Amino acid sequence: MLQVESLTCGYDSKFFLRDINLDVRPKEFLGIIGPNGSGKTTLLRAMTRILKPKNGRIIFEGKDIWQMRYKELATRIAVVPQGSESGIIPAEEFVLLGRTPYYKKFQLVETKSDLEIARRCMSLTGTIGLKDCLLSEISGGERQLVHIARALAQEPKLLLLDEPTAHLDITHQVGILDLIRRLNKEFGLTVIMILHDLNLACEYCDRLILLNKGRIYKEGPPEEVMDYRTIEEVYKTVVVIKNNPISSKPHIFIYSKR
Amino acid sequence: MKKKISLWIWWVILLCAVLVGTALFSLCAGPAAIPAKRIVSLIFEGRGSAEYSIIFDIRLPRIVLGMAVGGALSLAGVMLQGIFRNPLVEPYTLGISGGAALGVCINIFLGLNRAAGLLSLPLSGFIGSILIILLVYSFSVRKGVLRIHGLLLTGVMISFISASLIMLIMAVSRTEDLHGIILWIMGSLGEPNWVLIKVMLFVSIGGLIAGYFYRADLNAFMLGEEEAMHLGVDTERTKRNLFIIASLLTGCSVSVAGIIGFVGLVIPHLVRILIGRDHRILLVASFLAGGAFLILCDTAARTIIAPVELPVGVITGIFGGALFIYALTKTKFILGEK
Repeated sequence: MLQVESLTCGYDSKFFLRDINLDVRPKEFLGIIGPNGSGKTTLLRAMTRILKPKNGRIIFEGKDIWQMRYKELATRIAVVPQGSESGIIPAEEFVLLGRTPYYKKFQLVETKSDLEIARRCMSLTGTIGLKDCLLSEISGGERQLVHIARALAQEPKLLLLDEPTAHLDITHQVGILDLIRRLNKEFGLTVIMILHDLNLACEYCDRLILLNKGRIYKEGPPEEVMDYRTIEEVYKTVVVIKNNPISSKPHIFIYSKR
Repeated sequence: MKKKISLWIWWVILLCAVLVGTALFSLCAGPAAIPAKRIVSLIFEGRGSAEYSIIFDIRLPRIVLGMAVGGALSLAGVMLQGIFRNPLVEPYTLGISGGAALGVCINIFLGLNRAAGLLSLPLSGFIGSILIILLVYSFSVRKGVLRIHGLLLTGVMISFISASLIMLIMAVSRTEDLHGIILWIMGSLGEPNWVLIKVMLFVSIGGLIAGYFYRADLNAFMLGEEEAMHLGVDTERTKRNLFIIASLLTGCSVSVAGIIGFVGLVIPHLVRILIGRDHRILLVASFLAGGAFLILCDTAARTIIAPVELPVGVITGIFGGALFIYALTKTKFILGEK
């Protein structure tokens, strides 16, 4: 679905990502992990056409994304960015902004189907009850759900999320990741997600990409990537890895010096 | 959705009514008060009476120009505040007015207006503003990306530089020129040339139509530039085109009417407080409200101590500022703040 071919990119003269090759398959749930400054968000920004590659290409469904029109791309790839904004805008209006790429040049207001899609996305994310609340007046977890609803209103084939669970309590962490998994399994949405929490990444993702210093250090299913030597090498931290007793996915324990 | 559209339509109708009402009031009010009934009969009587010339040669041009300039400045304010996502930006922040004023000052100082006629003043103002726009723009583009904060800071700096140059020119110019410069800088809607007024009206309405194509893009811009990109907005094109439209609107307004401050800052905020932030209504409503507001201020300017005329910028500043502070205390929201 999405191929990254020998991508090198970064900011001005400094290169963060070097020679990244990646093939995202349809309906995959892919996690991108790595320490701070390893280039996770940079990779995401390259995939969404915000950062121009210095070298290499990014192909989405057979087309170079830089050859696609902005609106065309926005109807196929939706992004839930990190540290989402909180504006003075009712949640429903905000979700409706997700229909922007579908507007015709002379269309004044949303059509009935736009509104239906927005409402459906809000029901799906459990935020329909908040539709008249201002975005600035709801909690961080609810806001994240509204942002996901907006991304879904774009009716994308690929959903990119940059740390959707940052600063949230475990209720919302699990709630949001369960929702994303449901979207992935039931609706066949391809998901690429950046996560800092390695345990959550192991629990939910089919495949993990471990970035280190702008390169792919290791990739594969969580069981393969979560090798204690790999993690200790990349994160420079002593860890112990055991399996979750219920899901038998790898779980990481840190070792604190006393 | 139906509810939203009908609400918007009501607002547009209301604002149109306010605009027409203000225009009518302005047509009647003045040192020579002419009742509204008399205006209708004057139209049939035709040219000849003194009242006819007062209405159609003195007051009507001012009203039409007030609508055009007020609308243009508010529109430019909405667009610039939208793309900069900064509540303090107004059409004059970007140095456009400074450029126009500098152009006019140089013109008066060199005595070109005496040689080339009255039209040379607006023309030199326009040339000055266009040059400044090009300068500010070219300083802020790097690798095809318009850096929006750079644009703002460059604009503010260029405003200061042109203000200093104007002072320099004023310091060395002759007394009679000084008067002309100050009068022009203070701004006035007393433009006797119908051609210029028509051009201004055309530019103003053209700006509304052109800007309206970017309504959805401006709404997406409320979330930030990257988010707008994720929603399929070609942000570079939008920023560039809106900047050009806003600059032309401002440049033309300043060239024709001088520096009339505050309209472009206050009206967009007032409309946001009253009607909402959705640019689909905000653009139209600001245009109408700005026109009505400037006509009203101009009427006050020429009637308060008639027959002496106050600079209209004084009225827009005092009246607009007070109105805005009042509205602010009545609402809990400012652009981009909780």
